[in-house]
Formats: sequence, structure tokens, C-alpha cells
Amino acid sequence: MQRDFVRRKAFTRRALVLSGGAAALTAVLVGRLYYLQVINTGRYRVLAEENRISWRLLPQSRGRILDRFGIEVANNRRNYRILLIPEQTSSVTRTLSVLRGLVRIDDRDLHRVLREAERNAGFMPVTVLENLSWGQFARINAHMPNLPGVQPGVGESRFYPHGQPLAHLVGYVGPVSPEEQTGDPLLKLPEFRTGKRGVEKAREMVLRGKAGNSQVEVNAYGRAIREIERKAGEPGRDVRLSIDAELQRLAYERLGDEAGSVVVMGVYSGELLALVSTPSFDPNAFHLGFDSRQWRALTRHPRAPLVHRAISGQYAPGSTFKMIVALAGLEAGTIPADHRVFCSGRMEFGDRFFHCWKKGGHGVLSLPHAIERSCDIHFYDVARRVGIDRIGEMAGRFGFGAPTGIDIEGEEGGLVPSREWMRRRHGRPWHQGETLLSGIGQGYLLATPLQLAVMTAQIANGGFRVRPTLIAGEPPAERPAPESLGLSATSLSLVQRAMDMVSNSPHGTAYRARIREPGMAIAGKTGTVQVRRITEAERRTGVLKKEDLPWKERDHALFVGFAPVDAPRYAVAVVVEHGGGGSSAAAPVARDVLTEALRRDPDRAPAVGRPVANTTSGET
Amino acid sequence: MAVQTSTGLSESRLTVVQRIQQLNWGLVLLIAVTACVGLTMLYSISEGTTETWVSRQLVRFGVGFLLMLIVAVVDIRFWLRAAFPLYGISLALLVAVEVVGTVGMGARRWIDLGPFQLQPSEIMKIALVLALARYFHGLAHDEIAWLRRLVAPTAMAIVPVALVLRQPDLGTALLLLIGAGAMFFLSGVRLRVLGAVAAAALAAIPVVWHYLRDYQRERILTFFDPERDPLGAGYHILQSKIALGSGGVFGKGLLQGTQSHLHFLPEMRTDFIFTMLAEEFGLVGALGLLTLYIFILTYAIAIALRSRSQFGRLLAMGIAATFFVYFCANIAMVTGLIPVVGAPLPLVSYGGTAMVTTLVGFGLVMSVHIHRDASLPRRAGAEEP
Repeated sequence: MQRDFVRRKAFTRRALVLSGGAAALTAVLVGRLYYLQVINTGRYRVLAEENRISWRLLPQSRGRILDRFGIEVANNRRNYRILLIPEQTSSVTRTLSVLRGLVRIDDRDLHRVLREAERNAGFMPVTVLENLSWGQFARINAHMPNLPGVQPGVGESRFYPHGQPLAHLVGYVGPVSPEEQTGDPLLKLPEFRTGKRGVEKAREMVLRGKAGNSQVEVNAYGRAIREIERKAGEPGRDVRLSIDAELQRLAYERLGDEAGSVVVMGVYSGELLALVSTPSFDPNAFHLGFDSRQWRALTRHPRAPLVHRAISGQYAPGSTFKMIVALAGLEAGTIPADHRVFCSGRMEFGDRFFHCWKKGGHGVLSLPHAIERSCDIHFYDVARRVGIDRIGEMAGRFGFGAPTGIDIEGEEGGLVPSREWMRRRHGRPWHQGETLLSGIGQGYLLATPLQLAVMTAQIANGGFRVRPTLIAGEPPAERPAPESLGLSATSLSLVQRAMDMVSNSPHGTAYRARIREPGMAIAGKTGTVQVRRITEAERRTGVLKKEDLPWKERDHALFVGFAPVDAPRYAVAVVVEHGGGGSSAAAPVARDVLTEALRRDPDRAPAVGRPVANTTSGET
Repeated sequence: MAVQTSTGLSESRLTVVQRIQQLNWGLVLLIAVTACVGLTMLYSISEGTTETWVSRQLVRFGVGFLLMLIVAVVDIRFWLRAAFPLYGISLALLVAVEVVGTVGMGARRWIDLGPFQLQPSEIMKIALVLALARYFHGLAHDEIAWLRRLVAPTAMAIVPVALVLRQPDLGTALLLLIGAGAMFFLSGVRLRVLGAVAAAALAAIPVVWHYLRDYQRERILTFFDPERDPLGAGYHILQSKIALGSGGVFGKGLLQGTQSHLHFLPEMRTDFIFTMLAEEFGLVGALGLLTLYIFILTYAIAIALRSRSQFGRLLAMGIAATFFVYFCANIAMVTGLIPVVGAPLPLVSYGGTAMVTTLVGFGLVMSVHIHRDASLPRRAGAEEP
């Protein structure tokens, strides 16, 4: 009994020790719970929300690009595609083999689908085929009962209905490049495309719109359970171009297989109606993806179809520059309005001869007639009297030597040489002979077709600055007030009259490419630019015809003009690379394009009829 | 000589009706309420239906509850006699697991008996306590000091621990070991002997480490360095902490726990059911359950202290200790205090064997209570002097 009492006392003592230990451990647990659920509850609440809620982006339709009449030049086409949700079919391979009986699925796609189905979570759709025809898509839809797990879907892909004629200026879209990543999650979507060139790139933010998003509750495996909140986002806005897609197509087709450029712009507004560059490429091919062979063919093509010649092609302006030289002389007072020069076909200056394009010479010509017939000797003389500084100043006033500031990428500024430039670039003084060459727009001078069109518009509109634009319909209030170039009316009207004679006087170099329709008469200036030096021996034999030379060595053909001559509306600049003479290769193109532009002008006076254009009369 | 107690009731004369009257109804009620907490959480896990988990668990609880009452009214002398045979049967079942056991979760733990699966390691929890209580009851106070008297009980503890470790089930093995340690401590084994055993156990760690499976080593390493496996075990602990923490003081409400209902929590029905409770009912719910546990423990400890027989004292206290070790380990595990060891939350976690054995254990505690004044012979066949 006594022993049992001792044993009981010992037990009680140890039981109480154990209980005390248990109480201490329980206190630790309570402390831990307090730490997690009271002290740190805010942090864990955030973590639980982050677990639970997933943001899904809802990309919006890209804005369309329209021409001046509202015709779509870039739109979004339905992309019919077939998705497969692996967990909804008992056998992915069986579903795919049924699908193969309906549409062609090549082995590469098949393996990709099987691989992705294997790797992804079962509820993640796998794209089987894209860009199906409506017929294929409808056939698959009709067989849906036999195709467990197959989900037909409609996405959007960019489409350019007019394709090649507008390719350079509209541009194209492509997958987002690593340099474009700004951290915007939208750019990380695999299907997302951004503008890579032209207006698509320049107006990217307008066209893109704002993506919406949806907050979804997801479980631990990422499956969406329900939608909590949805923000609609804003679809991309349309961009309306000043371009007339139909006129653009006509100009593009008129250039045919030649490499060249046509620019048509409103002489007052600067709105571009056509900005053509040939040869071109298919912008739709960029979305579908090139194989390396096609890409190489495009980049190594001898006529460089990817180059946008209208804004980045730089050419010596040739005789189209003579108006600038004349204006420089007239405005400076260096030459009188009735300045006359005798042309014998060549003149000696320094230790060499300078030739006129007309072998026998023009005889005595006044300034307007020298422009009309494009006499070179006359302009060597004018240039010599005026000097390179004044010529350069006048060229700069007209916008040569600097980009015009059009809002698409890749514009070149051309080149107006000066004494200072010569010292910096070539480390030698300017030679007088180079002034003479500048007088006929050769030598170091370089201009883009767009700059030539801007020059012509500024002559036609009475000497006001024009800023070219591709975007239609800026309200007049936002347009800056017309800024004068500070030219006298008499000088300008002399030059305008001379350009009228070029096209409409029987002696004019572009007479055969005049517009006969009443009220549409054109005024212009031809230009023929040597790309190789003509040797003395060749001058003597005189056998050199366009056809006798390899394409690369033929002259560039240029023409600038405006119409109608009495009340100018449109200016045009045409360059045909290695096309031969300006009067035979470039002027007829300009005539046909301008005639069409005037016919299509909705503001044109209704009294004027619509005769059929005689498109071949200029070619001789 | 029969000792008359203050209640004046002589054990041998208790009828079944008297025993039922003596049942500790307060403890019965506490146990039923605690089980209801578990059923509520299972109801939440099943997204508000009682069809699958709740009804099955209810059947198990019903069976266990009935068994508990039967065990409670059975004469404590029967349990004294049955202690070693029951231990023997449990040991046989553990050996049987080795032979015919069902593999689940990478371990062989269950015996498939058709309608239900038996988890012998859970039965062993009670059987070991029973057998050790029986053994130490048979020792005179002086004999405890004799080392050779400790060989047999040490073997009784080590053999099942080794078998469970082989399954492999590290958590249960450790909890069995801790339960056995508590029994040794309570029975009055000299502290320096216990100290020596503990030192030997520490020395054995490298040996045990050698025999651990890779996943067990990984769990221990991950606990000490959660960065090792942010998407595995570390992920589970982190998600459990997020669930607990985001529950706050008052919780997100029944069926509103995002972490649990969106499946960020692993093993919600079993090991992580406490996390779900704490997410949906907050600190208030968690402390509520803890309070229930503490009341149950207090009852069991009071019964142990009140018992006149060493067998009754050791049995009641041993079961209380096992109960405490389980819920403490479970809560410490889900709150990230100890590695994920796989200890169910007693009376709450889904699982038949654990539920029934826990209830049978409390049946034994109640039997101790009913027969608190019984005098039991130290050796079989001999009445206590």
C-alpha cells in the first residue's frame, strides 16, 4: 500500500511535468497561429489573391487603313482555324486521323500537335490548322459529332486587299521583335502583330487600340473557374489616307516592269494621292511568313523591290532642276527676264568642253524657251552667272537637301552640294565646272521623287510651302497658315509659263505627252539623267541609243508637272530608272496618271467631259 | 483485502447499468462535438454535399462511437488481461502489411479487407500504450530501477517502430516512439536511464538516415531549406501558410476558402484539414478546435490522476499523450513549424482506422474512469495485497 502510494506520487509528478510540457507546446502553436493569422494576415491575403486571380488580355481588332474614298487598303480577315482540346477526347490520335480524312494535315503539323498535346495541360487548346478556307472549315464543322475535342475557332489576321501597289507606303505587320518589347503584356501574346513598315508602323498606336482584360479566378492547375471582371478595351481606330488606291494602282500598272516611282500630290494641301514605287512585293506574304528562299530572292533582287523609291530613292534631278536655277537667277537679279544665250551645241569652260544634249545646238534662246527645249548651254551660262551659293540657297528654299518630314520611315534627304560641303566631304575647294553641272541638275545634286513633287507643287501654287502628308482630311483649322517662299510673282509666272510651253508648245520636250482634254492641260519639265559618263569617242560616233546599252547604264527618265495649267490642282513627279529619255519614258506616265487624277477628282467642274484616255500616244 | 473507496462502490460489484451511469458524459459530448468539426470541414471540401466524404466519415464515426462506449463499459480487468494478446495481434497485422499490404503514396501501409482498408500502424498506437501500461503495471516500484526489467518494454516499442519505418512511414514511426517515450517517463524510469537512451537515439541518427528513403530525406532537407523544392513539399507548406494567413481572425466563411476550394492545398481531407478550418473560420475557428482538444486532454489527465491502479493511470495518460502528440504534430506541420510528417488530426481528419482507434482509445480512458477505484493485481492471477 505504501509502495503504491509512492508509485502514485511519482506518476502524478511526472504526469504534471508532461502536462506542463504539453501546455508549453500548445502555447507555441497558439503563438504561431497568431503570427500567421493576425500579424502577417495582410501579406498572405495578397498572396492568396495572386494565387486565385489571373489576368487575361483581350486583344482588340486592329484599326483598318482606308484610302481617301474610304476603300479598305488594310483590313482584318477572318482566320478560320481548328483547335484541339486534348482532355475532351479519349484519343488524340484517333481524333486527328478522322480530321485527316477531311483536310490535309502534313506530318510536321501532326507531330507538332501531338507534342503540344502531350506537354500542355489537358484543357489548353492546341492549334491544329490555321487559315482554312471557308469550305474546309464548313466541312469540319459538319463532322463535329465524330471529332471529340475539336474546337473550330475564328481569329483575325491582317490582309491587304490591294497588295503590291500600296505595299511600300501601307507597310505590313509581323510578329513582335525582342527590341519592341516594352513590358506591355499584350506584346507577349504569340498571335500579336505590330506594324513593321509604312503607315502600319507610323500609326501603330492609333491602329492598335487598347487591349481589354478579364480577371478570371483560376484553380491551382490554371484552369479558369469563373470570370470576375471584364474591361472591354478600345478597338484600334481606322486611319484614312490621302492616297487614292485606284489612282495608285493605275500608276503602279502604268510603270509596268520598270523600276521607278510616281508621286501625285495636291499642290495646296500637300496630300499625297499616289506614292508609287516599283517593283513591289506582296505585303500579305509577310503575315503568312516567308521561307528563307523567298526572302533571299526579295533582298537580292537586282531592282531591290523592298526599297521605297518615292521617298528613299535618290536621283540627280537633271533638267527638272532647271526651274530652280532659273528662279535663283531671276530672284537674285543676276539675269534679266529677257536673258538670251547662244547655243552651238557645246561650250568651252576652263580646259574642257560642256555639251548640250542637242548635237547641233539650239541657236539663240530666251530663258522660257531654254526651259521649253531644255537647252543645257543656256543653263551652264545661267549657273555660271548665278553661282553655286545662290543655286544652293534656292534649292534649300524649295526643300531639297533635307527630308520633307513625311510621317513614314525611311525618307532620304537628297543632297545639295555647297563649297562648305565640298571642303568637309572631299577636302578640296569647289570647282566652277561643278557649278555648271549643277545648273543642269547633275553633278553632286540628289533628290527624291517626293522632293521633286514638292518642288513642282510649290511652283504651281504660287510659291507657298507645302508639307506632304499621307493622312487625309486634317481640318483646315489645324493646318498652318500658308507660308510663302518669298518669290516674286513675275519670276514664278515666267517659270510657270515656260513649263506650260514644255508640254503645250510644239517645240516643247513633252509636247507629245500633253493632255488634250479641255481644262486639264498639263505643264511640266522633262529630265534625262546620265548614269555613265559619255566619252568623246561616243560623242563622235553618236551611235548610242537606249537599246544599245545594258539596262544598268541607261539614262534615268524624269518628269515633273502640274495640272490643270490654269488652275493647278495636282503636282506629279515621275522617275523611271534607266528608262531612257524623260520625254519618252517619264512624261507619258505623268500624263496618264494626272489625267486620271483629274477625272477622279470629286471637286472637278462637272462641265468637263470624260473622253477615253489615249494612253499610248506619248510613246514613240 | 478489498479497499473501500469514498464512493463506496466495490469494482467487482458494478453492474452494466451502473457502469453506463458512471460514463463520463462530458467527455463523450466533447468528442462528438470535435468529430462534428471534422464532418463540417469534409462537407466544405465536398463543395456542400454530404454524399461522399461526410456520409462515409459519419458511418465510421458511428461505428467508432459505439465501440468506444462498449470498450468503456467492459471491465478494466479484461483489458488488463487482453493487453498483451491485443499487442500480439497488432504486431501480426503489421507483419501482414509487409506481406499483403496495399501500396499507396509510395508506401505499404494498408491491408485491404474488402469494404474497408485497415491501417495496422494506427491500431498499434493504442496497442503499444496498452501493452506498456500492462507491463509497467506489473513492475514493483523498485523494479523500475532494474535495467534488465527495461529490456522487454524497449523491445515492445522498437519492434513496431522498426516495422512502420520499413513501410516506410517516418511520421507514424516517430509518433509511436514519442508515445512510448512518454510511457517510460510516466512509469518512473530513472531520468539518467532515459537520458542515456535519448543519447543512444541521437547517436543512431546517422544510421537511421542511411536507411531512410530518398523522399524522406528530401522532406527533412526541404524543411530545413524550403528553397530546395519550391514547387514540391516547400510549395505545400507555403500554400498552407498562405491559406492560414489569409484566413485572418474570422476566416473567409464556410465554403469560401479560396486556397482550399481552388485546390492550392494538398491532402485537404487528411493531413491539411486544419489549414482549411483555419482558412474558412480564421483564428477563432483554429483556437476553438484547440480549446476542444485541451478540454478533452484535461478530462483524460484528470482521469489518469484519479485512477487508483497504475495500469489505469498509465493507460489514460498514455492515450492522452498520444492524442496530444498527434494533434500537436499535425498543427505544427501545417503551420510550417516542423517537416511534413504525415500525421492526421485526431477525430477530425478523414480516415477510418485512425478515427476508430482514437475513439477506442478514449473508450479505454472512460473504462479507466468507470473503474477508477478497482484494485488490480500486479501479477496475473494474484489479487493485489
